[in-house]
Amino acid sequence: MKPYAWSLGLAFIFLGPVVGALLAGIDRRLTARMQSRKGPPLLQPVYDVLKLFEKDTLVVTRLQTLYLWGFLFFMVISGVILFLGSDLLLSLFALTVSGIFLCLAAYATNSPYSNIGSSRELMLMMAYEPMLILVPLGFFLVTGSFRVSDIVAGSPWQVIQLLGILVGFLFMLTIKLRKSPFDLSYSHHGHQELVKGITTDLSGSDLAIVEIGHWYENTILLGWLYLFFAPWGPWIALPIVIVLFFAEVLVDNTNARLTWSSTLKASWLVTAAVGVTNLMLLPFIT
Amino acid sequence: MSFLKKSPWVLHYAATSCNGCDIELLACLTPLYDVERFGIVNTGNPKHADIFLVTGSVNEESRKVVENLYAQMPDPKVVVAIGACALSGGIFKDAYNVYGGIDKVIPVDVYVPGCAARPEAIIDGVVQALDILEQRGKARKRQRKMVAA
Repeated sequence: MKPYAWSLGLAFIFLGPVVGALLAGIDRRLTARMQSRKGPPLLQPVYDVLKLFEKDTLVVTRLQTLYLWGFLFFMVISGVILFLGSDLLLSLFALTVSGIFLCLAAYATNSPYSNIGSSRELMLMMAYEPMLILVPLGFFLVTGSFRVSDIVAGSPWQVIQLLGILVGFLFMLTIKLRKSPFDLSYSHHGHQELVKGITTDLSGSDLAIVEIGHWYENTILLGWLYLFFAPWGPWIALPIVIVLFFAEVLVDNTNARLTWSSTLKASWLVTAAVGVTNLMLLPFIT
Repeated sequence: MSFLKKSPWVLHYAATSCNGCDIELLACLTPLYDVERFGIVNTGNPKHADIFLVTGSVNEESRKVVENLYAQMPDPKVVVAIGACALSGGIFKDAYNVYGGIDKVIPVDVYVPGCAARPEAIIDGVVQALDILEQRGKARKRQRKMVAA
């Protein structure tokens, strides 16, 4: 493995949350502007987390904190695998395990809001996982490798070949980023129907861990999106990726929340319509 | 440097209020006043909240809820009573079924008068509460150090 790859992996551990926090900050500001408000400072997510460390942590069950560290640990592992240029499939599996840990943390408490949030989160995982699995599969069929380093060095035509999968991935990105219409289990906005969904019973440093985990997740998802355009080089690919990423904010502000059943139907329909169709057409366009 | 002042999350509860103050309070979140500029988020969850905003003259039913919410908020925390009813019971003061004032039930730090309290007054009350919150935060830090030592 090249030293370059190692430095990228290390950079993710330290700079990943910084990038994720900035994305979250820009997100909040953009949201405010779309609602014709001024919005909080760019570093507001950082202030929030630093504040949470100053607050007391109410421990509901001791197990909860352990699960949350599991969530953060596997999130970091997933990102490190991705940024080292290793196996994309493995990175996805680590991401899923981390999601399961968050659900466990929410299930560990007796709060009904937290439990319903967790059930909905599992339902959402069922909705987005098939499509997310299709992404590494599509890359494999195009480049002949699951390795991120090979995908980055792939053909510039891979976006066109995987256009359906890209559209499907963008759809699932809305779920992963917890944006409306799919923010059923937990939303970054203030008030919502389930009090605060999965994080209802988390406070203080526990909640801060969740937030930091979300920052990592933001960076990882941005990295995944980048892979589609990676062969074009960072100067073209990065702006496209950032525009697509913030298009999710527009979706967030123009849609009402769906129920879990329609979310499941819609996402599986999209998976079948664009993801599977794209895979079936691949032999004719490679 | 304390970050408590930079990201105060508020919890709003209407303790038998006529909803006049509640409407004014929620007006603070609208584009005209936009308190999110100061990092203020209206969270519906006591476990995430730093500032407890209560309106209305408490009665027996809402007393339990107020006490419960207050107990569920992690320290450091402050309480702001909003509107004439929350201060003294207001026009309901002599009614047999109200406690008349939030401070009869839980300790209150800042009183915002008015019937209904204006959004500007509410924001001013929250800003004054921030200073108290910061002091509490420092005191809490000292306490934690003493326990650890």
